[in-house]
Amino acid sequence: MSWFNIKGITNPLTALGQVAKKPHTIRFPYEEKPAAERYRGLHYNDIDYCIGCGNCAEICMNKAIDMVPVEGIEPKKGDSGLRPRIDNGRCCWCGLCVDVCPTGSLSLTREYIFVSPNPEDFLWMPGISNPDGKDKRSWRSNDLNFSINTYEREKMPMLDPKERVKSFAEVVLGYEEDQARREAQRCLSCGLCTEACPEHMHIPEYINAIAWGADDDSLRIIYDNNPLPETCGKVCTRRCEEVCALAKRGEPVAIRWLKRYATERALNADEIKEIVNPPIAPKNGKTVGVIGAGPAGLTVGYYLALRGFDVEIYERNSRAGGMTMYGIPKYRLPLESLDKQIEYMKKVGVKFHFNTEVGKDISFDEIYQKYDAVFIGVGLQDAWKLGIEGEDADGVWSAIHFLRRVNEGERIDVGNRVVVVGGGNTAIDASRVSRRLGAEVIMLYRRRKQDMPADWEEIEDAEAEGVQIWTQGIPVKVITDEQGKVKALRYVKAEMVPDPRGGRPRPVPIEGSETDIECTTVIAAIGQSADYSFLPEKYHDKVKMNRGRIIVNEWGQTDDPKIFAGGDAVNRVADAISAIADGYRAVKGIVRLLLGEEALKQK
Amino acid sequence: MRKQKTTTIYLGPQHPGITGNMMVKLEVDGDTIVKAETHIGYLHRGFEKLMERRNWLQSFTIVCRICVPEPDPNEENYARGVEEIEGREVPEKARWIRMLVLELARIQAYLLWYGGQSASVGLYTIGQWSIGDRNYVLDLFEELTGGRVYHMYIWPGGVRRDLPKGFKDRVYKVMDYIEKRLDDYDRLLFDNAIFQKRAQGVGYIPPEKAIEWGVVGPPLRATGTKSDVRIDEPYEFYDQVEFVVPDFYKTSDVWARALVRRFEIRQAINIVRQVLDKMPEKGPVWNKIPNPHKWRIPRGDAYVKTESARGEFGYYVVSDGSQFPRRVHVRGPAYVHGITLLEKILVGQNISDVSMIMNSLGTCPPEMER
Ligand SMILES: Cc1cc2nc3c(=O)[nH]c(=O)nc-3n(C[C@H](O)[C@H](O)[C@H](O)COP(=O)(O)OP(=O)(O)OC[C@H]3O[C@@H](n4cnc5c(N)ncnc54)[C@H](O)[C@@H]3O)c2cc1C
Repeated sequence: MSWFNIKGITNPLTALGQVAKKPHTIRFPYEEKPAAERYRGLHYNDIDYCIGCGNCAEICMNKAIDMVPVEGIEPKKGDSGLRPRIDNGRCCWCGLCVDVCPTGSLSLTREYIFVSPNPEDFLWMPGISNPDGKDKRSWRSNDLNFSINTYEREKMPMLDPKERVKSFAEVVLGYEEDQARREAQRCLSCGLCTEACPEHMHIPEYINAIAWGADDDSLRIIYDNNPLPETCGKVCTRRCEEVCALAKRGEPVAIRWLKRYATERALNADEIKEIVNPPIAPKNGKTVGVIGAGPAGLTVGYYLALRGFDVEIYERNSRAGGMTMYGIPKYRLPLESLDKQIEYMKKVGVKFHFNTEVGKDISFDEIYQKYDAVFIGVGLQDAWKLGIEGEDADGVWSAIHFLRRVNEGERIDVGNRVVVVGGGNTAIDASRVSRRLGAEVIMLYRRRKQDMPADWEEIEDAEAEGVQIWTQGIPVKVITDEQGKVKALRYVKAEMVPDPRGGRPRPVPIEGSETDIECTTVIAAIGQSADYSFLPEKYHDKVKMNRGRIIVNEWGQTDDPKIFAGGDAVNRVADAISAIADGYRAVKGIVRLLLGEEALKQK
Repeated sequence: MRKQKTTTIYLGPQHPGITGNMMVKLEVDGDTIVKAETHIGYLHRGFEKLMERRNWLQSFTIVCRICVPEPDPNEENYARGVEEIEGREVPEKARWIRMLVLELARIQAYLLWYGGQSASVGLYTIGQWSIGDRNYVLDLFEELTGGRVYHMYIWPGGVRRDLPKGFKDRVYKVMDYIEKRLDDYDRLLFDNAIFQKRAQGVGYIPPEKAIEWGVVGPPLRATGTKSDVRIDEPYEFYDQVEFVVPDFYKTSDVWARALVRRFEIRQAINIVRQVLDKMPEKGPVWNKIPNPHKWRIPRGDAYVKTESARGEFGYYVVSDGSQFPRRVHVRGPAYVHGITLLEKILVGQNISDVSMIMNSLGTCPPEMER
């Protein structure tokens, strides 16, 4: 019996030696053992920081998270107004919801005991059910290296600034395929961008298509509600990117560049037609006249043509595109790109009358009589004046007239020093164009740099190209030489005074600070206004105005049911995508008016 | 008049002597088993199927549940399977941390086994000690991974978080403590005449049949076979640490299997120390994956395996190129040990030894019916 020995009996008895030792499993009286610093316990959500993107609900493999409305939190741009509700009965505390939370608002806490006889109580709202959870946060994603999202954007290849100023070649070169795929992969598909886009484009959907390598699908989805996607892909003001969930802690998805990528896959109008291949409804016998071939008018033309309307667009210029043709410089939006999109529109049946100014070559009355509905998309064609002495001198330009001439192919002699007055995108455009014409450029702006309405990327690009930005300067006089040519611009320095009513600080001139900037050209880029002289008096009581803009209802309709309007002439945002959105709204309005409510439902 | 020579009894699915929610149907003649049949199905949660409807990242949270007592080899296998198909690099430090986790997991699994094995012969004190001591390892896990039992820590591309400050010191301390305690256990279990009498010669696996029957892990090594994935096909940095694979206990019974584990828990403690010494102080611990909702793994398959406390643990991962695994097949040791092997070696044994034999084989129901 190998197992029998005396040790076998005595050794186990050594256990008795433990009797006197302090037990380490039983603690009496009760001692609380705090959970570890990264314990994965009950959820906490920083309600004010959360944007309701729903990414937590999406990743939850138990479907334990629902996004629900919360009293006191209203949906707004960049916030769905919903907040996560966790079913603690389903949760497995894997913490993926925390690791994918783009804002970092969601976390798990060191709290792990929750007892209730009521099953309903296990459905709870982190942060609302446990407002005190903030101090107990444990499992977090505040170190971005451990957050699952990719916060850095694919770098867009661009021309070197030194090269840029030598020509009007396009500055942005566009993503390569692999870059676009990677960038598209970053998108979380939360859809906050869709809400922020004036036109509510199907952003997650077309980005998804790019991520999966289905570029054609992407283009089709894009054309569903934007007929000028290549334009937008290059120059859109991209409100979508401001609200991108990733932007809270990193760089937003390059939505605009991805759209650009998708549109650039189609090399010409025929290819667009082949890929998008939209169903075109048989002619319905209704006619629509459109005034102005800017983005708003073109949108109306395109979608109505698809729905079987006879659409004719009247444009006083020789080319379509409006400000995107004559305002936006070619290094941002090349002519070929615009032509390709217009060419495609012609292919689906949009008719144009170029060089035809309404009010001169054809009267508004005639159009009104001839068509079943009229759309006014005339934009803002006049420039605001500086209102200072010497403004009419030779060498003083308004930005839009200057840009127009350059875009028409003229090589304007601006001399060697240009002062551009203003701080918006138009001012930036005029400055960068002047750099390309070989001049030294100074931008003079009334307020501080952080107050500039221009896109920060544009500001950076301008500076990289050598544009000097002088802030807090108000022009007071243009000084001319004997020939009446600009010699200098006199300005006063301004100090920023807080607005007592809580608005943004106002620039107030500092007395005696007048300074002259020697220059050869002055360009004023301080705003535009509309010219409604084509509209006869008798329409004015139906087509009402408010501070220079036409008033329309939710269908884009004026008080005359037959007259619709949109674009810069209506909205105060004044960008291409808002003009497109206005156009799209009017399309629905016109369909409703001429084909009836029912027709709206079919797409 | 006895019409029936044998009696059928059911051990489980609710029985303290069974190793989980499973049942062994025994046909006994007196106290002697003449036929044994394993019945499973009391714990089916369909993990493999679930994974086909979860994306590649979500699936990672499921695999740990395939083995409650030692979840980490599952995480390791899943991560390595995905990485192999995708060709994803894992940072050096992460690979050391994975080894640390796997060895700590082995230690706590053996501590749990101490409790089960001794309780199955009626010695309850050891279990109270070893499971209490196991909690010190779970404390470490809690600190490192945020969870005590299910860690969900090793994931594709590396691990989820870096070591907390001062963590290494605390690991050394716990290792020293447990090493000391193992001597206490020895006096209570291995020196104990009761255990020696009960375990020796019981639950014999014929060594010449072992490989054919698919025996792995400590039961295989207890036949005198030198077999350990960590040595045979080293993964992570197991080729850079030193340890001995015990092939010198050859009696192939419950006793030999216990001795193998007794030896290996000490080896594991040593490996943990080596890992801590060799691990780089700094460096990334995760090679970030793309957005999980859009993360597609190229078409392909991979078979990966890990040496768990219960033996070779294999995963066969198949991708059809989509965001979801096409198939994740789990091949754990318990499938063989708890079904075919158990049914064979129980024959001729005593009813009262069934529980002890099951413990010595490491049968684990969730793994049989994943
Ligand atoms: C310099 C500059 C840069 C800009 N940069 C950007 C940018 O980067 N991103 C962006 O989104 N937006 C930009 N915009 C704004 C954008 O171009 C406009 O918001 C958009 O073009 C407005 O579209 P619309 O259709 O309302 O009007 P417009 O584009 O102005 O088009 C109106 C059209 O109507 C025609 N028209 C006017 N009156 C008559 C008439 N009586 N008879 C016939 N035709 C008439 C005009 O010739 C013109 O073609 C920029 C604007 C400017 C000036």
